[in-house]
Amino acid sequence: MGKDVQGRRDFMGMALGGFTALGGLGALYAMKRSWDPLPSVKAAGFTTIDLSAAQENVLNIEKWRGKPIFILKKSKDMKPDDRDVVIGEDRYHMSIGLCTHLGCIPAYLPEKKMFHCACHGGQFDTSGHQIFGPPPSPLEIPPFKIEGTKLVLGEAGPEYQKMLDAGITA
Amino acid sequence: MAHFEKAKSVNEWLDQRLAVNTLKRVLSTEYWIPKDINFLWAMGMVLAATFGLLLISGIFLLMYYKPDATLAFDSVNYTIMSEVGYGWLWRHIHGVAASVVFLIIYIHMLTGIYYGSYKKGRELIWLSGMGLFVAFSAEAFSGYMLPWGQMSYWAGMVITNLFSGGSLEAYGLVEWIRGDYVPGDAFLTRFFMLHVLLIPLVIIGLIVLHFGTLRIPHVNNQEGAEIDFEEAAELYKAGKKKESKVIPFNPVFLSKDVFVMGVYFIFFFYLVFYHFNFAMDPVNFDPADGLKTPAHIYPEWYFLWSYEILRPFPKDPGLIAFGIAQAAFFFLPFIDRSPNVAPAHKRGLFFVWFWILVVDMIVLTILGKLPPEGIFNTLGTIAAVVFLLLGPALFVITKFEKKL
Ligand code: HEM
Ligand code: FES
Repeated sequence: MGKDVQGRRDFMGMALGGFTALGGLGALYAMKRSWDPLPSVKAAGFTTIDLSAAQENVLNIEKWRGKPIFILKKSKDMKPDDRDVVIGEDRYHMSIGLCTHLGCIPAYLPEKKMFHCACHGGQFDTSGHQIFGPPPSPLEIPPFKIEGTKLVLGEAGPEYQKMLDAGITA
Repeated sequence: MAHFEKAKSVNEWLDQRLAVNTLKRVLSTEYWIPKDINFLWAMGMVLAATFGLLLISGIFLLMYYKPDATLAFDSVNYTIMSEVGYGWLWRHIHGVAASVVFLIIYIHMLTGIYYGSYKKGRELIWLSGMGLFVAFSAEAFSGYMLPWGQMSYWAGMVITNLFSGGSLEAYGLVEWIRGDYVPGDAFLTRFFMLHVLLIPLVIIGLIVLHFGTLRIPHVNNQEGAEIDFEEAAELYKAGKKKESKVIPFNPVFLSKDVFVMGVYFIFFFYLVFYHFNFAMDPVNFDPADGLKTPAHIYPEWYFLWSYEILRPFPKDPGLIAFGIAQAAFFFLPFIDRSPNVAPAHKRGLFFVWFWILVVDMIVLTILGKLPPEGIFNTLGTIAAVVFLLLGPALFVITKFEKKL
């Protein structure tokens, strides 16, 4: 085979390979995007909750982005915490009700004043701090904004921003 | 165009066009199997047959199943179970086969370990087999999502959360896998696609590869003896069947396989007709509810041992231990440093190691089903640590093993 034939073959091989690789990368990107959450899923991300009717030491569970939200109005004997949502005189513990270990919903035990996760035995206190078992971090606080006695979830208000800046929630 | 003679029979006609006689000879009548084996060597064909059952029953389930978060539960539990004629039969075959296939896979794997069938020359058989184990695990998990009951939902939640990588907090990746913040419709439809198309295709490809890797090294035998297959085959073909160390796959070995399969099918259909409940978790007969976790979440029995390795540790070490447990068996041919291809009872300490492995996996499986409390926690931690230590222990034991 002549030298120039070899050169031409190499060139065609490289050109073909280059374009194939480009097309392959484009296809991979399209596949990745097809697995992304749909815009309609992302848009349905706000929920408003009224706190005025809440009772002390009774856990309310609301729903936000398909996830359970814990709302616990604290009684006087429960330790105040920087993670509390404060409205007037009242303090609330508000968090995403999914165990930070692997995402089961912990149950609230009103007599013991703590959360217990049945999946692998994790426990949290009434401020959401992990006190036993495999959970590595406190219950997560979702972005919220206080509007009177109402909470808007999904929007970051100044109180939430302060918690973020202080590194209290991720 | 090549030259063709007029064929005198259908067989000849096919042979001219497809070389069917050559194929038959190469793939079955002159594919040689050692004589010195036992019923454990039939497990591979039992697995292939069980996969066939999953395929057939799955095709019939597919006719009425609806991959939609609002319709899936009723399409399985109402339509298939009570309206479709014999729908219950396909569902029970599918569920029982999905469970029993893992029992056979574990027996098949442990047989390979006992007789050293993953060693020099047979590494690819082992690796492709492990590929099949992973693919079947993914197939079973994706199938478990489909009835969209409480266990489907919460197993989906817990397992996809593993991909956040603990403190790496890769929740973006978790949401990407789910296509939503929590398992929802997008999650169900993509796992449906994986379950009925992509993973079955991968499984079929891997089965072909697995068979291909067997061809040159041949299957092992009870003594791990090296055999001159060409010489033994010549003896057999010359009519000296007694003197030869081998038999042809078809019809001699296959007829033994079929006998074992027959016994297996009696056991299998006994389960399908009289004991299918073990494969149908009662919790999964409640529809999925994202606001209520079942009291205990545990995987199907065949995942319990690795789940129990995750459980006793804090989150990050737990994930690492779990990752090691998942991948550990892949490395077996390279951790075992001994050149001996021999049954475990001739390999000294390796025999002890083997039975500790078996007992530890059974203990982990039992503990995985018990609630994570008190003494069970302690036992679970011990069993998990023992499992993790078995890897380095194997390296040391086989390093000093006497050459046979
Ligand atoms: C390629 C063949 C297959 C097809 C077409 C198929 C199809 C289906 C369909 C439509 C369902 C939903 C109906 C139901 O829940 O009973 C299902 C469920 C399931 N599949 Fe498959 N499948 C196949 C292979 C497999 C394999 C190889 C395994 C496991 C090793 C498996 C494990 C499961 C499991 C565990 C369920 C849940 C069963 C239940 O809860 O009743 N499938 N499959
Ligand atoms: S998910 Fe709560 S302890 Fe594991």
